[in-house]
Amino acid sequence: MAVTAMDVYKLLPKTNCAKCGEASCMAFATKLKDKEIGLEICTQLAANEFDKLADILAPAVREISIGKGAKAMIAGGDEVLYRYELTYYNQTPLVIDISDDMDEAAFDERVKKIEEIQFERTGELLTLDAIALRNKSGDASRFKEAAEKLKNANLALVLCSFDADAMKAALEAVGDERPLIYGATENNIEEMATLALEYDCPVALFVPNDLEKMKELSRTLRAKGITDIVLDPGTYVNAGIGDTLDDFIMIRRLAVEERDEDFRFPIMGVPALTWLNTEEDEVNTAIKEATIATTLINKYADIMIIHGTEIWELIPVLTLRQSIFTDPRKPQAVDAGVYEIGEVNEDSPVALTTNFALTYYTVEGDLKSGNANGYLLVLDTEGRAVDVAVAGGQFNGKAVADLIKESGIEDDVKTRKMVIPGLAAPTSGEIEDDTGWEVVVGPRDSSALADFLKEKV
Amino acid sequence: MDKIAQLLKLLENTDTIELNEFRMDFEELELHLMPAVQQVVGQAQQAAIVKEIMPAEEFKPPIHDYPGEVAEVQLGAGSRKQVFLGGQKALYRFEEPQPNPPVVTFDVFDIPMPGLPRPIREHFEDVMEHPGDWAKKAVKDFGANMVTIHLIGTGPKVMDKTPKEAAADIEEVLQAVDVPLVIGASGDPQKDPVVLEAAAAAAEDERCLLASANLDLDYRKVAKAAVDYNHAVLSWAITDINMQKTLNKYLMKEGLTQNDIVMDPTTCALGYGIEFSIDVMTRTRLAALKGDTDLQMPMSSGTTNAWGSREAWMKKEEWGPTDYRGPIWEIVTGLTLMLCGVDIFMMLHPQSVKMLREIGETFTKEYMTTEVPDISNWVSQLE
Ligand code: B12
Ligand code: SF4
Repeated sequence: MAVTAMDVYKLLPKTNCAKCGEASCMAFATKLKDKEIGLEICTQLAANEFDKLADILAPAVREISIGKGAKAMIAGGDEVLYRYELTYYNQTPLVIDISDDMDEAAFDERVKKIEEIQFERTGELLTLDAIALRNKSGDASRFKEAAEKLKNANLALVLCSFDADAMKAALEAVGDERPLIYGATENNIEEMATLALEYDCPVALFVPNDLEKMKELSRTLRAKGITDIVLDPGTYVNAGIGDTLDDFIMIRRLAVEERDEDFRFPIMGVPALTWLNTEEDEVNTAIKEATIATTLINKYADIMIIHGTEIWELIPVLTLRQSIFTDPRKPQAVDAGVYEIGEVNEDSPVALTTNFALTYYTVEGDLKSGNANGYLLVLDTEGRAVDVAVAGGQFNGKAVADLIKESGIEDDVKTRKMVIPGLAAPTSGEIEDDTGWEVVVGPRDSSALADFLKEKV
Repeated sequence: MDKIAQLLKLLENTDTIELNEFRMDFEELELHLMPAVQQVVGQAQQAAIVKEIMPAEEFKPPIHDYPGEVAEVQLGAGSRKQVFLGGQKALYRFEEPQPNPPVVTFDVFDIPMPGLPRPIREHFEDVMEHPGDWAKKAVKDFGANMVTIHLIGTGPKVMDKTPKEAAADIEEVLQAVDVPLVIGASGDPQKDPVVLEAAAAAAEDERCLLASANLDLDYRKVAKAAVDYNHAVLSWAITDINMQKTLNKYLMKEGLTQNDIVMDPTTCALGYGIEFSIDVMTRTRLAALKGDTDLQMPMSSGTTNAWGSREAWMKKEEWGPTDYRGPIWEIVTGLTLMLCGVDIFMMLHPQSVKMLREIGETFTKEYMTTEVPDISNWVSQLE
């Protein structure tokens, strides 16, 4: 069960010395519980007190880092079953597979493609996180060679082989980079555990569709002192997806609600399995893979291995990931005020939009790609889209008048004319009344705004 | 100090029981330790916490008891096939499979709709002039369980069709197919209730779903039409659980029961606020299972909202073909909400429908009763 501020407070020094910058230990406890502050900020704790607090504050799902330095990524860290209860932590790392039997040119090309895939959304650059090297050749030295090559890639690594000798060979090459070892199974668990300890690497446990056995093997690893474990209960992509969902959900419930130590680890999904013996063509398989990937992101996948690299397949997965991991406690907003687009001078046109991040970046992107020049006035609608803010009343004449005053736009431009979004047309009269500016109702979609500014304003 | 050194040495040992005992001693000692030693002990103790493993307990599936359940709503009667929505007694199928799989209803319009995205238009180009033919194609070629006939043409700014004309369109569709219908109006708060009333009368005793009642229009009229002519009502609130409760209460005051209402908590598309819909729908379903009688109705999703997203329709070289992006956007939007408990989906694209159905159908099966392939060697078998 989730800890309360009181549980945390009991373990603090209770001196209210305020050295942490909070007025009291209780205030600090509240922030700790909400993960708004780090435990190390309180310098008044003895080491054992620190550990005890760290233990109760540890997320329900252990955070596991894979890769080192700039390549590092974190899987896990969730506290709750549903995002509305708090927020989800650490966007699910997306890993793309590559096999060790590819010829050199194809191998390099795929690595490059994986590294370069990106998609910009609401001002954020969405990218992939890691490469999973598969020991398809079955050959230890080839696996090692390929791993060696991936040292130069700028992404974290997952090493996939069920053969402990091959794994050992690859770890000799890249073991100091903290790759994820995939994976330990019933048959190789002793050897894989030894390698995980020797190289201090996280290890994934692969136990398809058998949570009882999963629990047993997780315990085996833990008994050996292994703390960084990832759980892969198998991904079935056809009718078996029902079982996969059940397995994922049960693992997460056991971790969050029952704090079952054997299951308090990140879950791995492998949508790449969609490509195993598929009878569909490539397009349909890719669509299906995206379907499986988004299903699993929705239900607790903390890290995923994907095979397809088509951008149209990955965009929806990246978008869903971004959406689900936004923090429901904070509006997705940019600062209100005046923004300059392109070259501006005192004769530049002025347009108005809201500070909802999606709205702002969409409009900004449209203006830039349309080579528009002008001022963008951004209204504080508490992070709401245009029609949402019009319906909710945040988009109103007085608010726009305040924005004009506070932003000082009247000193920047000679014009007293602004373009407002088509969806805000109902507010045009009140804006004119409250600001004294002339209002021009623009197009409904900002994709037409750049041309509109050039032609009509 | 001697004792501490001894204890530290003990810590190197991995034996669980000794470590447990050590920790108890250690707590009494902690106050007297010097900072440097504290740190060493701290680290060692962390290892101790990690290694402290309870004796194995049996694996027990985490199944909950739910005091409430979702009402079952029947759609289709008279000359229609029957479809049932809802009836869940648990959140997940490993607790108890749901009695009815999620249902997809295909969108059909009373006017040709030149504005529909091309990937959809190309499937229906030949039938768009006649809603009856359109509906038939959706059922025959694409296996629709249900059809939604949108009476868009009744919109005062569209074609301003009269309620009587609307009733004629409904009759045409009723004649053409034998699946249950959702009847949608144009979104005009003044005209919708009158149109829905006429349509309801034309489809008397066929148990259609009237879409929709909301707080901005004369929902009483819509409710009365449903009661008088034996239909169900779609109760639409805009991502607001309190608004939903209020509206449901009002509808039940008009004589509808839980079994006559389907809720539409509003579908915000992928990338356009889907997280709001996720939260509201999850909370709604949990409230139902916890026993909130005002929220125990099945849920619906206007999944076609997905086509409004730029990523679904906008031509852009670097995003790849819209032919693929559109359907995926619809799938991901619908699927995400299906995983939050939605029972009926209004959709447009045949492939999206197929994909959603495939996953939805697993919801009625028991855990571990499906045959699954051997994936134990996927690492080397994958091409
Ligand atoms: C997500 C959503 C919400 C989220 C809020 C998300 C947010 N942060 O804003 C939540 C759930 C909180 C919400 C609440 C409400 N919502 Co709402 N919501 C939506 C939804 C589904 C998507 C909005 C969105 O993200 N749009 C995307 C952004 C990018 O669009 P945009 O800001 O309009 O920007 C575009 C254009 O306006 C234009 N543009 C932008 N700036 C500029 C500038 C210039 C100069 C020009 C020319 C063009 C331009 O280009 C942009 C790109 O296309 C819409 C329905 C829909 N599909 O549009 C309903 C919708 C907007 N909501 C609606 C309503 C009624 C409400 C509520 C009042 C309901 C309630 N529960 O009380 C509340 C109001 C809350 C408040 N303001 O206090 C109605 C509004 C109806 C109307 N027009 O009157 C809509 C249309 C739903 C509907 N069909 O009824 N909503
Ligand atoms: S620094 Fe520590 S002891 Fe001091 S007030 Fe903050 S939490 Fe309390």
